Amino acid sequence: MTTYTLPDEIRKIRSHYCPGCGHGILHRLVAELVNELDITEKVIAIAPVGCAVIAYDYWKFDVSEAAHGRAPAVATGIKRSLPDKVVFTYQGDGDLLAIGLSEIVHAANRGEKISVFFVNNNVYGMTGGQMAPTTLSGQKTLTTPYGRNETEIGPPIDILKILQDFKNVVYLARGTVTSPKEINKTKEYMRKSLQIQMDNKGFSLIEILSPCPTYWGMTAINALKHINETVVKNYPLGIIKDE
Amino acid sequence: MNDKILLCGNEAIAEAAVQAGCLFYYGYPITPQNEISAYMSKRMPEVNGVFIQSESEIAAINMTFGTSTTGKRTMTSSSSPGISLKMEGVSYMASCELPVVVINVMRVGPGLGNITPSQSDYFQATKGGGHGDYHVIVLAPASVQECADLTQTAFELADKYRIPVFLLLDGIQGQMREPVLIGKPNNINSYDKTWCLTGAENREPNVVKSLYLNDNESEAHQEKLQNKYKLITSNEQRAELYKTESAQILIIAYGTPSRICKPVVDKYRKKGIKIGLFRPVSLWPFPKDELKKLDLSVEEYLVVEWSAGQMIEDVKLTVGSRKPVNFLGVLGGRPMTVKEVEDKVETIIAKHGVHI
Amino acid sequence: MPEVKIDKNKCKACGLCIPVCPKKILKMGTERNDYGNCYVLCTDETSCIACCLCATMCPDWAITIQDDK
Repeated sequence: MTTYTLPDEIRKIRSHYCPGCGHGILHRLVAELVNELDITEKVIAIAPVGCAVIAYDYWKFDVSEAAHGRAPAVATGIKRSLPDKVVFTYQGDGDLLAIGLSEIVHAANRGEKISVFFVNNNVYGMTGGQMAPTTLSGQKTLTTPYGRNETEIGPPIDILKILQDFKNVVYLARGTVTSPKEINKTKEYMRKSLQIQMDNKGFSLIEILSPCPTYWGMTAINALKHINETVVKNYPLGIIKDE
Repeated sequence: MNDKILLCGNEAIAEAAVQAGCLFYYGYPITPQNEISAYMSKRMPEVNGVFIQSESEIAAINMTFGTSTTGKRTMTSSSSPGISLKMEGVSYMASCELPVVVINVMRVGPGLGNITPSQSDYFQATKGGGHGDYHVIVLAPASVQECADLTQTAFELADKYRIPVFLLLDGIQGQMREPVLIGKPNNINSYDKTWCLTGAENREPNVVKSLYLNDNESEAHQEKLQNKYKLITSNEQRAELYKTESAQILIIAYGTPSRICKPVVDKYRKKGIKIGLFRPVSLWPFPKDELKKLDLSVEEYLVVEWSAGQMIEDVKLTVGSRKPVNFLGVLGGRPMTVKEVEDKVETIIAKHGVHI
Repeated sequence: MPEVKIDKNKCKACGLCIPVCPKKILKMGTERNDYGNCYVLCTDETSCIACCLCATMCPDWAITIQDDK
């Protein structure tokens, strides 16, 4: 019989996340992977500016803050200084795809040997539910009260499509957390990304479709349904690139 | 490196940094500091350091941030508009207490301005160009030799106080060639690095951050920074006093303008005029203590800047308004001439008739 | 027989664990925890097969399963 206990790499405290938020699941997956891959003493994480800005309050390993959108540049500086350490960034869709798009594109193109965990919940959560680059067409948010209008401000952006043709990008996958099965699949994508880094193969990014019940205006259960029925249509799951 | 070589200021800065153990440089093209990046792109592979030309100055300052969290010496350089882009990063580094060296080879602003030299970033550097109550140490060389020496001083001060240190020089210094002896500091690794991010092995995890959501912690952190600035202000003021003995006219200038003023001081000293030059080397902390000591004999101050007048405010804060603080400012990057300074000194002398 | 431990002060009543339990032994309680949330209760530990799907789903690290067999 299996048992389930939380890994040491996560602090056993009540998180600040909203009920049903995907960050809580993903923070645990990161901590489990750091434990299972035995890299607690080798890992350095870069936290974003966004709901997960205080990820270092929950993870028990070295973490650096980064200015909004700049985590891939900070990660570059750290990884280039300590090539034998395992370096990953944990970023939201505003952080990575809006203000930080230049940083992620160039870090990927340079082939920085880092892992990027990109949490896509279609909104800016920390600041009150504004539109993000990943907000779906027609989706109502604090700043698209009439629904996102593609002709006016364009459709949602897919970072995996942007990065897939980059020679130095070796692994891209998109998972979600809508069920234990999907959570375990996402965990394996993230494990592979860390393994690829440790094998010095190149840059990898895992996008995770994550629920934001509070700013989608849904119950936690319905938010998962919304991902399975609607968000995945725009952001298909699976391995996009595996060199 | 034990004999003099002919280098431009920018190259001297780059080599001095490498000799000071800086093996991580991140830069972005902008005139008039391009020689630094070009030099580093050749030199870093020779010392198996890292050179990256980043996608923007913003990325460069954040790569520098990253390397600095690991305890390694690191530097970035740019010029005025690029330094504006780096200001958010510098503000983060000031709060995270990260030792970093930032070189600003000043050009004319605001806006795209001109690629010719200027000193119009004084406020940006000394009054904090980014957000929040913070300071960075600002050093101002006036020769290629000082470009090299102050770069190495910058790395020491950055590590000693865990603070970003700026070198503020103008385009002429960056591009001018002079013989220079590059030093080889030996105290590179004598600083506490237990706070760094290296992977939590046999220690509690470290966090490098500037976010303090708890009010008491937030206030305590700010007080810690302010105490550091007080300590630096009392310990690290630097200035050159040139023929200032019982000076009645005191010229105050830094960087290249100070060298334009020296022949004027020489000329009028020969004529029996008690005139001297006070050259701030540290712009922050402003060398107010030394300046105050000279105040007794001084009857007229003359501040000479390659700007509309910025350092003059710190001079007035120091010496007050009992004596006139005259100003000569050259704008737009036009070369400043010795004659202009002489003419200004003549008008000051004329004000006082013969006895001065 | 596995022991289902739910930390009542961590649970935020999001309810994500309830539908994934194959034995349908989790239910939302009506008591309030120290933060004013209701929290999930295990109604019949003897039926628990320690599959840990609830713990996998929980976003708040509130569930641990101890199987002492």
